[in-house]
Amino acid sequence: MMISLNNRKEEFGMNTISVGEMLKLKKFTFKLRIIKINGVLVSKENYDSTIIHDGDDVQMIYLMSGG
Amino acid sequence: MKFTEIRSHLGRFKVGIAGAGGLGSNCAVALARSGVGTLVLSDFDIIEETNLSRQYYFKDQIGMMKTQALKENISRINPDIIVIDNQEILDRINIPEIFSECDVIVEALDRSDMKEMLIETVQLKMPGTPLVIGSGLSGWGKSNAIRYKKIDDTLYVCGDESSESSPDIPPMAPRVGIVANMQANTVIEILMKLN
Repeated sequence: MMISLNNRKEEFGMNTISVGEMLKLKKFTFKLRIIKINGVLVSKENYDSTIIHDGDDVQMIYLMSGG
Repeated sequence: MKFTEIRSHLGRFKVGIAGAGGLGSNCAVALARSGVGTLVLSDFDIIEETNLSRQYYFKDQIGMMKTQALKENISRINPDIIVIDNQEILDRINIPEIFSECDVIVEALDRSDMKEMLIETVQLKMPGTPLVIGSGLSGWGKSNAIRYKKIDDTLYVCGDESSESSPDIPPMAPRVGIVANMQANTVIEILMKLN
C-alpha cells in the first residue's frame, strides 16, 4: 500500500498498518509528536488501534520543548 | 489595504494565547500592536530574572504574575486592547472554557508534554478552531531552518521541529522572537481571511 507521510509517498508491504506498527517500522522513536490521518488527530492511546489504509494522508509533527 | 483598515478588521477578533513565556509574551505584543481586539492570556507562572533574556518583561516586574505584567505592558502599547488574564494550570477540562469563543488559539507552552495535551484538547474538543503551535526554537543561528507549515485549516506549525531546549541549547531572544512573531503573523493571516 502507498500512503502520504508528511507529503512524501511512502510504500509498505502490507495492506493496512496500525499507527503504532508504522512508527516502529519507520523507527520513529521520538516520543512527543502529533499525528493526523486525513485531517483527524489520533490520540497517543489510540496508536495501536488506529489503522492506516492505502491512500491515507498521514501528517506527523514533532513537539520540541521550549516556549 | 491601509494599516488603519487592517487594524479595524483585526479589532473584531479574539485570540487565545496559552503560555506567556518567550513565545506567548512576544506573540501577544505583536498581535496587540497590530490591533487584535481581544487577547486571552493564560499562564500560572511569575516572572523570574532569567526570563528577561527573551520574554517581554522588565526588571521591575520580577515577581509579578506573567499574565498581569503582560496585560500592563500591552496597555502601555495600546490601552484599547481588551486583555483577559487567566492563572489556572491548563488541563483537558479548562482549556475549552478558558479559550471559548477564541477565533484562533496560539500554543506557546514550554514543556512538550503540555504542548501535546493542549493540541490534543483543542483539536478534539474545539473542532474548527485554528491552532498555531510553536515547536523548535532553541539555540542561535540557523534562521532558515525555522519555517511555517500549514497542516490543514485548523493546525499550523512554526519552528524548526528539531531543536529541543536544554541547558546547552537554551532558548534565546532572537530565535524565540522569530518563532513568536511567525506565530503572530500566521494568526493575522488566518484572521484577515475571516469576514
